[in-house]
Amino acid sequence: MIYLSFNKIIIIIIIILCKIFYSIRRRNRQKRVENNIQHPLSPADAPPLPISESADADAAAASSTTITTMFRQASRLLARSINQQPKMMARAFSTDVPATPTVDSTFVESWKKVIPNMEPPKTPLTFMQPRPSTPSTIPSKLTVNFVLPYASELSSKEVDMVIVPATTGQMGVLPGHVPTIAELKPGVLSVHEGNDVTKYFLSSGFAFIHANSVADIIAIEAVPIDQIDQSLVQKGLAEFTQKLSTATTDLEKAEAQIGVDVHSALNSALTG
Amino acid sequence: MASNAAVPFWRAAGMTYITYSNICANLVRNCLKEPYKTEALTREKVHFAVSKWVDSKPQKSTIRSDTEEE
Repeated sequence: MIYLSFNKIIIIIIIILCKIFYSIRRRNRQKRVENNIQHPLSPADAPPLPISESADADAAAASSTTITTMFRQASRLLARSINQQPKMMARAFSTDVPATPTVDSTFVESWKKVIPNMEPPKTPLTFMQPRPSTPSTIPSKLTVNFVLPYASELSSKEVDMVIVPATTGQMGVLPGHVPTIAELKPGVLSVHEGNDVTKYFLSSGFAFIHANSVADIIAIEAVPIDQIDQSLVQKGLAEFTQKLSTATTDLEKAEAQIGVDVHSALNSALTG
Repeated sequence: MASNAAVPFWRAAGMTYITYSNICANLVRNCLKEPYKTEALTREKVHFAVSKWVDSKPQKSTIRSDTEEE
């Protein structure tokens, strides 16, 4: 709020200065012709060229009035655009797809003409929910869709925050997060809703965060932490560390490394 | 932008992402506690037949399966 009023103060000062400048000029050239000031509302990015053309005092004076008037117009435009920006987005996002109309109106009308008593049949499109549009203000909750190949763990659940185990580290996602595609490494996904935290261990996958604060998290295996057996994890870790030291080919090394990574992630999930 | 920058170790070793992901999932499934483990293993069994085609005719198909065959 303070930031906004600061901008307004600057604009007002600029306008006042221009007004003073302009009135001084006008007083100085009271008897001069002030004719060619009917230029359109051009933005201040194109300074008038006539300055270079003629060396006349008249032309110079006229162009300087143009400059000052342009200054005033520009500052007025700036003030208007700054005032408008918080309230409405100037442009829609290029990734926003307009929602396709789910009901074919011509079909429905002709149906009603012939059979007014029955409801028109539903088409598959009417059962589909359109993609939620990007709101202009940041929503208060994040919508999470967490899916596995065989089940949908969370479907359009409204939460406060999720922490996903991206390859670049633990990434916290709040509503209004920048649209991101993140590859996930084996690790813990925690879903924060109020005071509850639900944790899942993911094997690997991807997280897509969209501009409308919808997060799609996909993984092949995801288990709640308490379903993991500690002794099996330790055994696996020892086995793969040993395989890593004895591996010969690149492929064997890679497999052993994967084993070590996964088991150490499981271990830290159990202890952390 | 570097074109071959920092490929993951598994890709450098010739593995694809799907293979990597499936290996990770298998390892996780093997570390589960008992009732969940058997459920997970039954859930992930695959059974399919592969056949090569020569001169637009399928050759003998081979069955690839995780279920025990008779």
